[in-house]
Amino acid sequence: MANLSMTTETDTETDTAPQPARRASLAAIRDSDLWYSFRTHPSAVFAACLLALVALTALFAPWITPQDPYDLAALELWNSEIPPIWNEAGQWPYILGTDTQGRDILSAILYGSRISLIIGFASVIAALSVGLSLGLIAGYFGGWVDNVIMRLGDVLLSMPFILIAILITAVATASLPTGLKDVLAAPILILAIAVPSWVQYARTVRASAMVERKKEYVQAARLIRVKPWRIMLHHILPNCLTPILVAATLNFGLAILSEATLSFLGVGMPPDQPSLGTLIRIGNQYLFSGLWWIVVFPAVQLCLIVLSVNMIGDWLRDALNPKLR
Amino acid sequence: MTRPILEVDALERRFDVSAPWLNRLLEGKPRRTLRAVDGVDFDILPGQTLALVGESGCGKSTIAKLVTGLHAPSDGKIRFNGDPTKMQMIFQDPFASLNPRWRVGRIVAEPLRTLFPETTDVQAEARVGELLKTVGLSPADAAKYPHEFSGGQRQRISIARALAGEPEFLVCDEPTSALDVSVQAQVLNLMKRLQRDMGLTYLFISHDLSVVRHMADVIAVMYLGRIAEIQPTADLFANPLHPYTRMLLDTIPDLEAPKRDRAPMGGEVPSPVSPPSGCTFHPRCPLAFDRCKRELPKRTPDVHDRRVACFAAAEGKTDV
Repeated sequence: MANLSMTTETDTETDTAPQPARRASLAAIRDSDLWYSFRTHPSAVFAACLLALVALTALFAPWITPQDPYDLAALELWNSEIPPIWNEAGQWPYILGTDTQGRDILSAILYGSRISLIIGFASVIAALSVGLSLGLIAGYFGGWVDNVIMRLGDVLLSMPFILIAILITAVATASLPTGLKDVLAAPILILAIAVPSWVQYARTVRASAMVERKKEYVQAARLIRVKPWRIMLHHILPNCLTPILVAATLNFGLAILSEATLSFLGVGMPPDQPSLGTLIRIGNQYLFSGLWWIVVFPAVQLCLIVLSVNMIGDWLRDALNPKLR
Repeated sequence: MTRPILEVDALERRFDVSAPWLNRLLEGKPRRTLRAVDGVDFDILPGQTLALVGESGCGKSTIAKLVTGLHAPSDGKIRFNGDPTKMQMIFQDPFASLNPRWRVGRIVAEPLRTLFPETTDVQAEARVGELLKTVGLSPADAAKYPHEFSGGQRQRISIARALAGEPEFLVCDEPTSALDVSVQAQVLNLMKRLQRDMGLTYLFISHDLSVVRHMADVIAVMYLGRIAEIQPTADLFANPLHPYTRMLLDTIPDLEAPKRDRAPMGGEVPSPVSPPSGCTFHPRCPLAFDRCKRELPKRTPDVHDRRVACFAAAEGKTDV
């Protein structure tokens, strides 16, 4: 018993009154291993800055671009096919030149990045919410529930990703009236990318949930009859998030690429609300007539976005891996 | 005579350990079941401690899970004469029994919030502080995470959490086996003090007879899912009846005679999937004779007041 009282004393010495929660969590981020790892990895800092730049310019596109590429009245045909500004024939303010209809390439890229980023982000969120819930349910309950959900996932994974996406967009556009097609183009694309990609999240969460479910803190909660959904959300989910965070980041890059692929194939965003993929598809037609800037700059932007996302994902995977610390 | 708080009668739990259906079909293998608990019965009186002792794999942890309702029994009865919410459990591994992402305050308050939903935040905080003090920690520790504590401190957090549900009955599944010997004593003393102050009843599971001697009123020695012998603690140590109990007692080091001739524990625990015929202990038993290979000894009333399941002991044989 003497030992007991000793520990009590040392414990009270080290811990003073609890601080306000908000400030404590900010300080916790500043002092965390993750922040330290971020600061000491130049590639991660570079990628994050690049991505932030892309995201901010895309977000504020209407205020910083010289023209609205969607406003057909603002396009003048005599401004068409102007090469980039460092070329002799280049003209201010068309820094990266214009396309065959007099559309400013830089403006189109910034507006297009906006669409690409939104579709990529939304499809990751959609796939994540479906994958997390189904994976948690499968891992926690096991048995036939698990079998049904995971076999459904296996079926989806046995078909090529792009084929399912094309199928969904094709069926959706064929069955919709013309007026709705363009309005719903983005939601359909988000769905088409999310449907084949939830399986990966479900598998990851299921694997962690099966491990966590057997741990004693979950049994302790079951013992006092905490409801299953509470156990899943409050106990199991927070302990499965690390691998999910990494997968979601890497899949964000993949989703942007998928969107570009679909748009390039002509089943994605329509030409009057072009994403980066649509821009590349349109520019591709002029590549051999010497108008290289129409296709190259959107492609470079796409590369930069996916590259920075992947660099962040790679860093995150290493930083969160306890074996590499 | 006082009514037992827990009555366990012919309890059985089988696990299906066969290969998946397709493999069984292709390889022509039969179904295989494992009898983790095989006809166990015991009673616990209020305020007492019953200890289950045995080597790993003998089914003691399964009994803990059956009693707490985490597993359903395959057969037999468990009667808990009390409010089922008044039963709590303390787990073996203090590193797995606390959610690593929750602060201690939230962990300890979980039973309060679940079992008494009308508790206000202020009441809960006050109660958590009180409970942490009871187990020898500081109320300020509520703001910390489990990884900031040592094994012994974590086990005390587990105890505080269990007490938050205001239990009458605690199932302790090897609560000290993951701790250093010096810390074990602290936790055991705390548990004894709590039992005295709050009138708790313990089902105490351990593989360590010296720990059990300190804690238990009654000891049940288990072997391969069955109770070999059940006796009050003093009787068991003074007069062990089952040859297996004597083997276990022989393995405890003795301070008085450190170099005495100790018979080493021979053999391994057989697989519970295919247990030996007759008395499952006979391949390791120095007293075994023909009948042990054929028949299963029962703890019948005429054999030493139902205390031992052994033919040799029934005939009065105690020495090799």
